[in-house]
Order: sequence, then C-alpha cells, then structure tokens
Amino acid sequence: MSSHNGSRLPALLQEHEEELLRAWVQDQTQALATGQGRITETELREQSREFLGLLRRAAQDGDLTNIRGPAWQEVQQSLASLSKTRARQGFTPKQTAGFVFSLKRPLFSILAKEYQSDPAALGEETWTITALLDELGLQTADAFIQSREEIISRQQEEMLELSTPVVKLWEGVLALPMIGTLDSARTQVVMESLLQRIVETGAEVAIIDITGVPTVDTLVAQHLIKTVTAARLMGADCIISGIRPQIAQTIVHLGVDLGDVITKATLADAFAVALQRRGLTLTASRPRP
Amino acid sequence: MTIQVDMHDRLALALQEDLTARISATSARGVLIDISSLEVVDSFIGRMFANIAAMARVLDATTVVVGMQPAVAITLVELGLSLPGVRTALNVERGMALLQTSLDGAGEEDASGVP
Repeated sequence: MSSHNGSRLPALLQEHEEELLRAWVQDQTQALATGQGRITETELREQSREFLGLLRRAAQDGDLTNIRGPAWQEVQQSLASLSKTRARQGFTPKQTAGFVFSLKRPLFSILAKEYQSDPAALGEETWTITALLDELGLQTADAFIQSREEIISRQQEEMLELSTPVVKLWEGVLALPMIGTLDSARTQVVMESLLQRIVETGAEVAIIDITGVPTVDTLVAQHLIKTVTAARLMGADCIISGIRPQIAQTIVHLGVDLGDVITKATLADAFAVALQRRGLTLTASRPRP
Repeated sequence: MTIQVDMHDRLALALQEDLTARISATSARGVLIDISSLEVVDSFIGRMFANIAAMARVLDATTVVVGMQPAVAITLVELGLSLPGVRTALNVERGMALLQTSLDGAGEEDASGVP
C-alpha cells in the first residue's frame, strides 16, 4: 500500500514495525536517560507503538504534506497529550519533541535498505518523510510549551488565592495577614474578600498586617490606602500593623501620607487597640505567678 | 442615552431639594441614607452624596450612609472618591447608633432627644 503521494511509508511502517520499534525505543531510552524526567521502558514502548500505528493510518489515508488535514487529527491529539504528560513528568522540550525526531534514524536506515537500487526515489522519499517528521516534532514542542504556560498560570492563580486569607480575630475584629508583594491584581482580590467578610461578619475593625510584605513603595502604599478607604466606606476602621523599622523609614522618605490611618508596629498592639475600640478589656482569670 | 442623563440630573436635584426641605421643616439633626439596594454607582452619584452631606451639615444635621455594598465601595475607591465628611456604617442599626453618639456628643444643650 502506498499513500496519496506515492510514498511507500505506510507499507514500510507495516512491514518493519517490530524492527523499527525496537531500534526507536533503544535510541529514545538513551536520549531520555539524562535529566530529571522518568519514564518506564514499558510505557515508552507503548507510547511508541501507539504512535507508529497512528502514523501508519494517517500516512495511509491522508496527505503526507499537509498535517492539518482530518486524517492527521488522531496523530496530533496523541502528540499533544504526550507533550502534556512529558511536561508533567519533568522532561525538557528537547526530550519531548525528540520523541518524533528520534524516529528518523531507524526509519532512514530501513529506507536505505529498501531503496538501495534507486537513489533518486530514496532522495525523494527521505525528503518527504523528513518534512513530515519535522512538522510533527515542532508541533510537539509547541504543545509542550503551551502546557507549561498553562501550568504556570494555574499556579499563579492558586498562589493568589492562598495568599489572601481574611481571619476573624474576635467578635467584630478581622485580620488580614499579607504575605509577599502587593500588586494591583492582589489588591483587588484582597479588597473584595475583605469587604465580603466585613459584610458577612459585621466587623467594625480590620487589622491589615504587613509583616510579610518585603518592601513598601509608593505603589504598595497606594494599594494599602485604597483598601483602607474601601473598608471605611463600609463602616469598618482599619489598623495597619507589622510595620518594620525599615518600612517606617521608607514611608517617611517617600513622603507617603497615610492620612489618619492608625498604624502599629505589631499585630498584638493593633489587637489591643481593636479591643479598646469595641469597648472590651482583658482581665486575668488567674493571678499570674 | 440622553434621557437617562437628564433623569439622573433631575432625580438628583429633586432628592437634594426634598432632603434639605425636610431637614429644615422637621429640624432634623441626623440623616440616614440607606443605599443597600444600590448596586451600581458612578462618580455622579458619589458627588451627589458628598453634596447632600455638605448641605445637611450647613443645616446642622449629620449624614450617615449605610448599607454600602462591597462592589459599590470598590468602585468609589477606584474612582478616587473617598467621600470625606460622610460617615458610614454597615447597616441601619449601626447607622442609628452612630447618629445617636454623634448627637449626644455634639448637642449637649439640646435635650429634646430627636430620634
């Protein structure tokens, strides 16, 4: 059987399947030995066998020069999911695209034997197959990069969610421990969750603790002031705590005006002020030794 | 579009007139504006509140805005309107308590106890 383009690829893939598979898996195992990714030989063999099958069918039914055609859908999907898996398993883009590229050597040695007596045909066949495998390999690399980017953006989202909890310290007193840098996106999330909690708990005081914020520049200060103002519009007062000495210096040097926002060095001090605000005092239930 | 803007203007002016008239008619010392059903706000409405509070102050009444929704608060802050001079509270009960304390503190010579 030959493909639409008169290439003998499908026939070759069928006749020499075992030999091809063996040589290919061997080459791949060598290439994948370095680096952080790990894959069992069984899994590798299965992946390779499946790919050869899909390749044969697609080469049989489709146009070898156009991998966007419908006959190549399955091959493309299989490569895309392989990329995702390899990305997760910790392989490099080269090792992932190499899945396709490493097929060239064993395939060409079979071609050489097949077309021994016909150099012209050998040249043409070699070119067709090279172009095809190059396309597929590059597409695999693209898919790999895309899935890496998806992983990164999902991690970013998770980090954003994790890092802005609003906790209830006491009746009517909320605390926001901020960790990490404060950018516009995060400020938005912080403002929304704080205001939501104020409504839910009817809190009158919110303590924003910035012990975990490494640097405060004018932009960060602006974001803080925005958050305080928003909370105030909802009827809750804010106290900013956890101001380290360096931060205090920076704030003064930058000429940032915190207005009449109460600031305290530690969360403990801020908590004391919050209790006072609510008209509560702490008394010892047992005399201290 | 044009009609909406006109109505906005007229509505705002009407509100301001009504309010100031009522304040002076009843000698009210406090104004409670409940915006808990206001879901969307723009700079126009923001300024309107500030104006109402200022007018009320001229008539010796304190204004408290209650029931502001989170989305509204965020919008106002993003628009740069912090509404200084306008006191706020989470709900009507708190708002009344706030007015009471501000009246008790300020009007010691006025013992009529107007709610």
